[in-house]
Amino acid sequence: MMANASPSSLTVEKAAALLGRRARWRWAEVLFWVVAAATLFLWPERHLILNEIAIIGLFAVSLDLILGYAGIVSLGHAAFFGLGAYVAGLFAKHVTGDPLVGLAAAGLVAGILGFATSFLVLRGADLTRLMVTLGVALVLGELANQMSWLTGGADGLQGIMMGPVLGLFEFDIFGTVAYAYSLSVLFGLFVVARMIVNSPFGLSLRSIRDNPLRARGIGIPVNRRLVAIYTVAAVYAGIAGGLLAQTTQFVSLDVLAFHRSADVMLVLVIGGVGYLYGGLVGAVIFKVLQDVLSAMTPQYWQFWIGLILVLLVLAGRERMTDRILGLWRRLTGRSAKAVDATRASTPVPEVQP
Amino acid sequence: MTPALETRGLVKRFGGLTATDDVTFRLEPGARHALIGPNGAGKTTFINLLTGVLAPTSGQILLEGEDVTRLRPELRVQRGLARTFQINQLFAAMTPLETIGLAVSERMGGGRDWWRVIGSKREILDEIVEIADRFRLTDVLGERTANLAYGKQRLLEIAVAFACKPRVLLLDEPAAGVPEAERHELLATVAALPREVSVLLIEHDMDLVFSFAERISVLVNGALFTEGTVEEVSTDPRVRAVYLGESVDE
Repeated sequence: MMANASPSSLTVEKAAALLGRRARWRWAEVLFWVVAAATLFLWPERHLILNEIAIIGLFAVSLDLILGYAGIVSLGHAAFFGLGAYVAGLFAKHVTGDPLVGLAAAGLVAGILGFATSFLVLRGADLTRLMVTLGVALVLGELANQMSWLTGGADGLQGIMMGPVLGLFEFDIFGTVAYAYSLSVLFGLFVVARMIVNSPFGLSLRSIRDNPLRARGIGIPVNRRLVAIYTVAAVYAGIAGGLLAQTTQFVSLDVLAFHRSADVMLVLVIGGVGYLYGGLVGAVIFKVLQDVLSAMTPQYWQFWIGLILVLLVLAGRERMTDRILGLWRRLTGRSAKAVDATRASTPVPEVQP
Repeated sequence: MTPALETRGLVKRFGGLTATDDVTFRLEPGARHALIGPNGAGKTTFINLLTGVLAPTSGQILLEGEDVTRLRPELRVQRGLARTFQINQLFAAMTPLETIGLAVSERMGGGRDWWRVIGSKREILDEIVEIADRFRLTDVLGERTANLAYGKQRLLEIAVAFACKPRVLLLDEPAAGVPEAERHELLATVAALPREVSVLLIEHDMDLVFSFAERISVLVNGALFTEGTVEEVSTDPRVRAVYLGESVDE
């Protein structure tokens, strides 16, 4: 009965193809990056806002790594973003104006904070994690406020002079070099993030998100994996903050503010959690909405953002897609009754989350 | 011979309640051993102690002669002690292929690889295919686990534990809730588990116990009540009394 000792190579090939399916680059993805690169040449008057979008996108990818893939909720992700921004700013002021070295410093310091605070988020459920992350960000915000001799306090960190990127490209007032720089960093880090989530390590993160009990039950060192990804995400957020400081040549307390953490969560919810592009798509939508709405109603744009958020979460993206699919079925002649009948005949048991 | 799994004077107290009461138990290598007992007898607590989810109040747990009493759950798995769950504990959003692949790759020490695309190692793929075949999951490998028929989910539950290549396998009510039509397939795969794996079956279903087990231990109120061959235990009037809920004359 079990004599089939050497599995047929066909099945092995099929298994390899199925497993590698997620990792293959799709045309839509290639198109996305081609369009992003094209905006460098085609849309020069928008480079300042595009630069901001790239930075927020990277910040959101960072949050997606822990929220979407490892299931760690955070309301204080700005702690790493803000720390990265201050480190990059101070580094440029006191050490060297070279952008890439400064960026590495920002990522490194944020990563150290991420590693140290990861042990706080290991234990406890979602509420604990929300409070702990929020608390860490609040503490950092207040420290930056009090240490005005270093950070400039409420006046912000001024007098940042950036050197040229790679010693070749000086930052210009139109933000073209800034955008090219941010987009390149974003792309590089995105490719790495994509690699991580499609690796065995990334798969183990998804299993932890789905069912930490069982993940332990198959020998996965759950805590170590969570520490690792939380640290990586902190590095990413720190680099995003560093990019903001370098390209705007200014750091204010705003980088550590609560709304930064909330906004990045919002961006991710708008774009969709757990597929990396959600952060990028969300960043585009969020920034464009903010731009359009604040032009129409400068004082009330947050009202609309809030309303959209409520509708999005209440209606639920999946339910919306279901509706559209249902409508499609009805249009193509398959009655809802038939769908219900097939549903009833096949028992769909609950899998424990 | 060194037992595959052994407990010595194992005790677990929750406040005033003694859930595991001085249990000294041996699982011989290659055993087909069943642990039975009425509801609330402490079977689940016992399993949680064995796997390291709970820490015992006192006593020892030895896996192939080595003390694992204080070892973390994931390290016990790596040493060859795997379990299945009474209520499915699967990764709903993943496919059986990914689930089995994950367990195999973790066991081979590839779980930390972040630069490699999953499915790029031939030896892992070979093993996935072999396990899928053994547990009759080949046809549904690419489907979302949440969408599988319940019987297939139960099979996957065992397949995942098996993918950890355990030397001791704890099966917690493997057939619970499986509809009659899918039952045969499940029982056949359980019966076909290789002999080098020592199996402890925790079960309510007496048909399954009698068809599968060679030895039976009975747990009552957290303590080992009796132990013996299927023949001995099934004819023991005291065991019948416990199961019928009658008072037992000590």
